[in-house]
Amino acid sequence: MTDLATLEKSILDDIAAAGDEAALEAVRVAALGKKGSISALLATLGKMSPDERKTQGAAINLAKDKVTEALTARRDILKSAALDARLASETIDVTLPLREAPADQGRIHPLSQVFEEVNTIFADMGFAIAEGPDIETDDYNFTKLNFPEGHPAREMHDTFFFNPGEDGSRMLLRTHTSPVQVRTMLSQEPPIRVVCPGRTYRIDSDATHTPQFHQVEGLVIDKGSHLGHLKWILHEFCKAFFEVDHINMRFRPSFFPFTEPSLEVDIQCRRDKGEVRFGEGEDWLEILGCGMVHSNVLRACGIDPDVYQGFAWGMGIDRIAMLKYGIADLRQLFESDVRWLSHYGFKPLDIPTLAGGLST
Amino acid sequence: MKFTLSWLKEHLDTDEPLEKLADKLTMIGLEVESIEDKAKALAPFSIARVISAEQHPNADRLRVCMVDTGDGGAPVQVVCGAPNARAGLVSVFSPPGTFIPGKNITLGVGTIRGVESRGMLCSAAELQISEDHDGIMELPADAPIGKGYAEWAGLGDPVLEINLTPNRQDCTGVHGVARDLSAADMGKLIDPGIKPIKGEFPCPVKVTVEDAALCPGFALRLVRGVKNGPSPEWLQKRLTSIGLRPINALVDITNFMTYDRARPLHVFDARKVTGNLTVRRAKDGESLLALDGRTYTLDPSICVIADEHGIESLAGIMGGETSGCDENTTDVLIESALWNEINIAQTGRKLGINSDARYRFERGVDPAFMVPGLELATKLVMELCGGTPSETFVVGKAFGDDRIIDFPLSEVKRLAGIEVPLVEARRILGHLGFMVAGSGPVVKIAVPSWRTDVDGKADIVEEIVRIVGVDKVPMTPFERGDEARKPVLTTIQNRTRRAKRALAARGMVEAVTWSFISKPHAELFGGGQAELALANPIASDMSDMRPSLLPGLVAAAQANANRGYPDVALFEVGQVFKGDRAENQFVAATGVRHGFASSKGMGRHWSGSAQTDALDAKADAFAVLAAAGAPMQALQIVPGGASWLHPGRSGTIQIGPQNVLGYFGELHPRTLEALGADGPLMVFEVILDRIPDAKKKPTRARPLLELSAFQPVSRDFAFIVDRTVKAGDIVRSAQAADKKLITDVTVFDVYEGKGIDPAKKSVAIAVTIQPREKTLTDQEIDAVAAKIVAEVTKKTGGTLRG
Repeated sequence: MTDLATLEKSILDDIAAAGDEAALEAVRVAALGKKGSISALLATLGKMSPDERKTQGAAINLAKDKVTEALTARRDILKSAALDARLASETIDVTLPLREAPADQGRIHPLSQVFEEVNTIFADMGFAIAEGPDIETDDYNFTKLNFPEGHPAREMHDTFFFNPGEDGSRMLLRTHTSPVQVRTMLSQEPPIRVVCPGRTYRIDSDATHTPQFHQVEGLVIDKGSHLGHLKWILHEFCKAFFEVDHINMRFRPSFFPFTEPSLEVDIQCRRDKGEVRFGEGEDWLEILGCGMVHSNVLRACGIDPDVYQGFAWGMGIDRIAMLKYGIADLRQLFESDVRWLSHYGFKPLDIPTLAGGLST
Repeated sequence: MKFTLSWLKEHLDTDEPLEKLADKLTMIGLEVESIEDKAKALAPFSIARVISAEQHPNADRLRVCMVDTGDGGAPVQVVCGAPNARAGLVSVFSPPGTFIPGKNITLGVGTIRGVESRGMLCSAAELQISEDHDGIMELPADAPIGKGYAEWAGLGDPVLEINLTPNRQDCTGVHGVARDLSAADMGKLIDPGIKPIKGEFPCPVKVTVEDAALCPGFALRLVRGVKNGPSPEWLQKRLTSIGLRPINALVDITNFMTYDRARPLHVFDARKVTGNLTVRRAKDGESLLALDGRTYTLDPSICVIADEHGIESLAGIMGGETSGCDENTTDVLIESALWNEINIAQTGRKLGINSDARYRFERGVDPAFMVPGLELATKLVMELCGGTPSETFVVGKAFGDDRIIDFPLSEVKRLAGIEVPLVEARRILGHLGFMVAGSGPVVKIAVPSWRTDVDGKADIVEEIVRIVGVDKVPMTPFERGDEARKPVLTTIQNRTRRAKRALAARGMVEAVTWSFISKPHAELFGGGQAELALANPIASDMSDMRPSLLPGLVAAAQANANRGYPDVALFEVGQVFKGDRAENQFVAATGVRHGFASSKGMGRHWSGSAQTDALDAKADAFAVLAAAGAPMQALQIVPGGASWLHPGRSGTIQIGPQNVLGYFGELHPRTLEALGADGPLMVFEVILDRIPDAKKKPTRARPLLELSAFQPVSRDFAFIVDRTVKAGDIVRSAQAADKKLITDVTVFDVYEGKGIDPAKKSVAIAVTIQPREKTLTDQEIDAVAAKIVAEVTKKTGGTLRG
């Protein structure tokens, strides 16, 4: 074996033996560095004869190429091994439980959700949305709505009153959202299409009544709207709200001081262990009252009943929310129990739209 | 209003099945609430006689009875606690194995205080046929022993209960219900008319009405020589079938007339009445022992009937005990009168009496039936009790005012959207007792006296439509018109909606609490004014309208903590009241955080856990303000401000001192204590109405975006300042150093402690400098930095940290 061959083998052995990139670099410097063994051999070429230089030069350069190649190959191996080793040491516990995102933890109360659902449906039908104060006058809550003084219908409302003022008049907590209808009629020329959602109060507290509850009322005043339109609107509303293709509704004559004729509306449903199915079953469940606005109410609000006509309806938001979402106990709505709110509430991104579905 | 099928058929000639009649009633506005078939439920209950009743050996209040159940077997031993259990009594017996509806139990063979009992003697309440639970039932001595009670008592007759609307006084009697059904093609009304009965002598008792407004009419007649006693079986059954207790024939007749004809009457024992009768207002301090056994203290708002001794009856509501009729009555005065509806309602409410008479009079009875009703009652008295009638003495009006309505038939189409031919309208109205005259487009319609509720065209439309059937009204699509589709929510409605979603997105849970709270809690938050206190609160802790949502939310947080859920973040967006006028009601967005319910992450967690702090509440408030569209750049934060917050850990959010939008911070320990809550609690309140309205923009296009071609430069500075210096002031003065080039200043570190003077703190800021026209040279950047240092030093007295 020539000296060159010995040197080459020795270097290649060193390359193979290098355990990490630093050791490999040391081998490279010892072979190809300025003072490296192969570099030293190349430096001897200048002193050789042309023939000798030709053969030796080729041999040395060949050895240099082999070494360079081996270095590159080995470096790749070592680099890859080093990365593997680092990665092997970098494990995390992927089973650690996540912290729930705030948007998954936060909840919108079912009543807020249902108010939005109702508003969305009626907005699509061309209704504006009006609101009024909770503390009302007797005039707006009763008198203008054709409740005669002392009439038993007034008593049916179990009103919360405030103490009389200096002039003897006393304010009250509105027993229905109808005063908003009065305010609308007094402030706006027909045609009127408005829904009035809001909080209402009656002295009543048992399993199915709470002293505060919520209603949405609707009012249409123009020159041609009649009971047929009213039936259609409520039918369309119920289908949209309960998100069903069919719903059977029963319109029964009834009595309210502020409408004439007056109707109560039942929907057909089947109730089974808290689950409610609409459009089937034996039960007729009363969900709202409605009728043609009484001529006395129109007159009291400055509208000529021989020129204008219209209808109104009112329904309990708490009640339809409970029906739709299978909420059994009314009182839970106001108990602020986070377990209940998390279960029956809605996530902040569950925004009801008609395009995307009210509740899906 | 309750009646039985057979009773209805006394007034309606019909072959229609019960279900069809019931459905029709509901669909014409007489909503059937229930149909009850007692015969089925009460089949095991039989009539039995108590043979003997001995004192129980081990219990003072119990008796051991031997009962003949009529099955031919040996007497049955029953232990009974009723005070009226006595030998010879005929009552109702149930054997072991019977389900007792009034007690919701199934009877077994029992041993009571050591004595075996093989069955039960029952009260009416136990059978759920009335509220009467004063002892076991007492049946007539001749009731057939061994026979089923329900069948004997006529309970085999299905009982219908109608949920009557307040306008339909005419249907508080079976006759009126039958009339409605006849109009709806369910049969023919049986109405043979009422013949007057000639009086044989003048009525010896005269009546004076002092105030005709309280008593528009009064009719009275005497029947002399009657023999009162139990009424005949048919009458007793009528009454028991609807849960009324038969008393004696004279009283039973009045109750029968009430339910049969919607005509309440009163009978006085004439021998207990002294002199003439006067209808007058009661005097202060007068009182009456009424037929319900209670003594009522009266006042001048109450109308009474008095004789020369004093008050004998609460007019139109309830008779007096002393002049009541009993088995010894031989001469009876029958009263048929008209009363002022409002006064009856007020009196009934004031005295707390819900009598069948009040129920009818406050709804307004048929004035034209006052005298015929008396004639019919006289006839029944003479039939059941004999006697000789006097002439009828009448004061005031015995009829109502004529009501004629000019009715254009087109009203039906206009209001109800359905075409009804005149001939059909005429037929329906005729059956209901209306008289229709004319055949042109406008007819004249006379309203029958019993329809006190009808006075306008719309009422006539309702009469026609309810009988034709509301289901016949075709559904008509409601055109939304060519109005532009535009948003319908008002500003405050949008703010409310967005505030709720923003807070829920921060992990908070929406609560809905009561609008009324206790007065002390209201006072803590600036409320409790007299004008906001309810006159008739439902409870003392629900007495005042809330000035803030915080008391409700704090109570809710505490209730959750008590249930084992202390780490809660609750919010509510709802109405608060600063006065009783519309303009003093506001919408507040309010939140409460407790424990580990931090905005940095809820609960304890391996990734880091933090107790909530006052700046969480600030972040919540700002999230609401941003979502509701507040001008964020214009908001100012002033330390402290609200009495109910920790003075050093709270802030006021305002746009100038005149417009305070809200507060945030840690709840004051004294407030916590007053609310009975465990702290610390981090709270905020923003009044959404106080956010200034955004300027209306003519276009939805965003302003043009200008992107700089030059890279921004960031420089960090740390200042040593007094601890009292506000970070906000450092940020503001840094920003002021060059308003054009400095686009952002953030605080990235605040340090107090080792290495720093205890009275000082270090605040580190990062300033972003955005070159506008060209890349800045090092010298230019240094110049800006120097201005920043100079400005901060000047405004805060701080020094650059070495």
